[in-house]
Amino acid sequence: MSTKASRSAAWLMLAPAVILLLAWMLVPLTMTLVFSFQRNLPLRGGFLEWVGFENYVRFVSSSAFWPAVQTTVIIVGGVLLITVVLGILLAILLDQPMWGQGVVRIMVIAPFFVMPTVTGLVWKNMFMDPNNGLLAYLWRFFGGDPVVWLSDVPVFSLILIVSWQWLPFATLILLTAIQSLDSDQIEAAEMDGAGTLSRFWHIILPHLSRAITIVILIQTIFLLAIFAKIFVTTQGSFGTRTLTYLIYQRVLESQNVGLGSAGGIYAVILANIFALFLMRIVGKNLDR
Amino acid sequence: MARTVTAQRKAINTGVAWVIGLLIFFPILWTFLTSFKTEAQAIADPPVWFFFDWTLENYRVVQERSNYTRFLWNSIYIAGGSTILGMIVAIPAAWSMAFVPSNQTKNILLWMLSTKMLPAVGVLYPIYLIFIQLGLLDSRFGLTIVIMLINLPIMVWMLYTYFKEIPTEILEAARMDGAGLREEILFVLTPMAIPGIASTILLNVILAWNEAFWTLNLTAARAAPLTAFIASYSSPEGLFYAKLSAASTMAIAPILILGWFSQKQLVRGLTFGAVK
Repeated sequence: MSTKASRSAAWLMLAPAVILLLAWMLVPLTMTLVFSFQRNLPLRGGFLEWVGFENYVRFVSSSAFWPAVQTTVIIVGGVLLITVVLGILLAILLDQPMWGQGVVRIMVIAPFFVMPTVTGLVWKNMFMDPNNGLLAYLWRFFGGDPVVWLSDVPVFSLILIVSWQWLPFATLILLTAIQSLDSDQIEAAEMDGAGTLSRFWHIILPHLSRAITIVILIQTIFLLAIFAKIFVTTQGSFGTRTLTYLIYQRVLESQNVGLGSAGGIYAVILANIFALFLMRIVGKNLDR
Repeated sequence: MARTVTAQRKAINTGVAWVIGLLIFFPILWTFLTSFKTEAQAIADPPVWFFFDWTLENYRVVQERSNYTRFLWNSIYIAGGSTILGMIVAIPAAWSMAFVPSNQTKNILLWMLSTKMLPAVGVLYPIYLIFIQLGLLDSRFGLTIVIMLINLPIMVWMLYTYFKEIPTEILEAARMDGAGLREEILFVLTPMAIPGIASTILLNVILAWNEAFWTLNLTAARAAPLTAFIASYSSPEGLFYAKLSAASTMAIAPILILGWFSQKQLVRGLTFGAVK
């Protein structure tokens, strides 16, 4: 139906977005790729020599690499587990009839809108501080010794903080998905005498599977990139150095651009693996 | 037949949900309350809850000592500017893909999505270098452009899913009535597109306001927005919980309110239309 004129107009309208994103993607990524094959130390004049794949080898063989991978996997995995499981339960709960549903929903969703630096600092100081934090009061109240959260159980503490921020996201998406479930279907199951647990396993969970997959993929991509909450709490110490934070330190703190860039390329590859799965699901959705 | 629920069951739901809701909301509530206490009350043992002499002192001190309004203005500039610039680029793009789709549309959309997945840390140094070269380090304008670019894929996607929902039969009807392209866009499509555009703006302002990788790494004294301002509280000097709370409350309040209005859009925007 569209004429030739409207087609070229359409391309013209699309062009700025495509060109901008293409530049945004290609220029810095190409630079990172080039740097990753260099010995490049800005404090000693920048580019020194070409080193082939040396940086890639050094990045993965450095003593900081495997602990960083481990920390990343534990944090991402832990947060995913907590947010998805609690998110499902919360979404089901919020879908039930109750008084003041709107207010509860608002309270549950609120943490997602708190800026990451505020989240990190409020938790670090006002809750997890071993002297003046609220959790320390709670521990003392029950006769226990306050926990020095961010140095005794730093990874667990970070998982807690990050989960608090992302639980609303999982809940909101799963709630939206539950609400699209046909209530007739549940009713029919109820009439057939299906119990709560059986309804959950055979109707609700299968219905949610796509939404759960999407939550996992999107959160993974964002969680791999977590930065500010670590920056304001532990600065990567006490074993909380994730891959992202390690790369950041290599580039900006120790000013080893070649090594950091090789790490950056690893991070890009890693993120793209998850992105591919996500895009397949989203792409299928486009066809409908 | 509506599902019948006993009053008892509803009461239990209500009780459980409120307890959990308050628990999740508690850190925000606590921050809010603490912002009105004195520093001594903020760390009192046992903690004081509602019955203390509410004071606005912290808000005054935060403003005086650190010139809070400057950071606030930077946040508004960056969030607002990146949204406006982004919409100028995103609306035509989404529009053309929704109304004049080609066989490349799907690929372009997915490719745009893939740029959003690019880990920021992977391009930190190049952007840093480019910013130094162009003299954009610690400038609001430079940051505005970067924030616009990182959110552009979400804007295009979100607008696209909204525009896609506008029934094309309406266009055909308008054409039958002799409307030209200009009238079509102005009087038929625009009014129907406004809700989607408004939602996209809302979500984008929220995302830009809270962005904390580039804002922390590309700004120093001049262009720092609220995210960076709050981060400066990570090296405390003496008693500061009440002041941290006041600064935090001011930084999150506007976006919390916007956020509550945008629950539905958030789902659509952040799942790229895969969950609606």
